[in-house]
Amino acid sequence: MLGNAVQSEVISVALMIAFSMVSVAVALSFWRLFRGPDRPDRILALDTLYINTIALLILLGIYLDSALYFEAALLIALMGFIGTVALCKYLLRGDIVE
Amino acid sequence: MSNNTMQEYILAFLIVTGASFTLVGSLGLARLRDFYMRLHGPTKATTLGVGCLLIASAIYFSSKPDSFSMHEVLITLFLFITAPVSAHLLAKAALHLKLRSIAKLPEQS
Repeated sequence: MLGNAVQSEVISVALMIAFSMVSVAVALSFWRLFRGPDRPDRILALDTLYINTIALLILLGIYLDSALYFEAALLIALMGFIGTVALCKYLLRGDIVE
Repeated sequence: MSNNTMQEYILAFLIVTGASFTLVGSLGLARLRDFYMRLHGPTKATTLGVGCLLIASAIYFSSKPDSFSMHEVLITLFLFITAPVSAHLLAKAALHLKLRSIAKLPEQS
């Protein structure tokens, strides 16, 4: 086991289930990212991917009992939203900063 | 210590619920047949899932002695504000590129 897990039995079992579910979700959005027939599909897959990454980081913060991962999750949320908006602007206008 | 046990069960329930909503959202992204259907899945389910996980994290870090943690609310608020905006922009981009929908056109009256 990595880190010092100090949780009770119930929470650690719930965390293991949640880790596997979110990992499957990350794999599914990666599949759509590579497969996606059109460009908006790929952007939507990236959007879902960063939201899933936030979920994974929150779970890791609970698992390792550390509040450090919260800042990383907040940064990913900010940058992911800006990235989605910039890519959509590019598809709509053909340019990002006009 | 039945209060602690109750809190642990609530935390476990929130964690599992959030993770299953996240999984359902990504399943919708992977399995639905059409871009406009696929847009529907993750934008709702994942924000709800991450919301549940963030509430669980706030309860967990507030339950320790001498600590009160409310900064998870920042991420929740930010995600709830930005998710509709990005979904709207994605739908606009898809309409601009004239992506085909498999839904039938409405009847002309």
